[in-house]
Amino acid sequence: MSADRRRFLVSCTALALVPGLARAQQNPQREALLRDVTRGAPVRTGRVVVDTPMLADNGHSVPLRIAVDSPMTAADHVRRITILAERNPRPVVASYALGPHSGRAEIVTRIRVADIQDVIAVAELSDGSFWMGSAHVIVTELACLEG
Amino acid sequence: MLARVQVPAQARRGDIVTVRIAIQHPMETGYRPDNFGRRIAKNVINTLTCRYNGVEVFRAEMGSGVSANPQLQFYVRAESSGEMVFDWVDDSGQRGSERAPITVTA
Repeated sequence: MSADRRRFLVSCTALALVPGLARAQQNPQREALLRDVTRGAPVRTGRVVVDTPMLADNGHSVPLRIAVDSPMTAADHVRRITILAERNPRPVVASYALGPHSGRAEIVTRIRVADIQDVIAVAELSDGSFWMGSAHVIVTELACLEG
Repeated sequence: MLARVQVPAQARRGDIVTVRIAIQHPMETGYRPDNFGRRIAKNVINTLTCRYNGVEVFRAEMGSGVSANPQLQFYVRAESSGEMVFDWVDDSGQRGSERAPITVTA
């Protein structure tokens, strides 16, 4: 009886650890992706807002707004914004080159989302620093995987 | 390729104007089969540029993760009267172009 109880408790603990393990396994892939975008430079979280519906029922066309907090002057501006969807077959969705001519560091577009995942936006600033923001997107009809 | 651009006809110098572009294009991912089960080759608009009086003010590099009939909204600071020229090219080499005039007042 007591052995059963112990086994039950052990399996409960193991189950509780599984999501943590999954997250740890997911991270190297994301880190490799970010390294490709930043050419090895560190990325800080913040300054980038990714705005998307929490529940997008059609993954073929998910509205997406990306805004970066930047004055967009010649001295301090966003050079590039890259959209990443790490669980898409091709994780680099699009990349946009901006500059002081833009006036405002904001992009609105529609993307394909292949799975329930975090959509990440990485901004490269004129001082060479990288900032990122993300949004969790739930799709009920997945893009890319079926015809 | 059918396309529609939206640029305000008039703006004041220094204003930040909203630019919208929509292009009719299937943005084939390369994963979709045709009616005979053969894979349709990837064909997406890979580059789009916006030049404002000859100066490139915006460039988009896109992949198969961008939805069919891509829509894009971005911002440009109005500097002087002239026109914005949009050029794009897809993987098959087909090019498209659209232009929009803008009058800038002081």
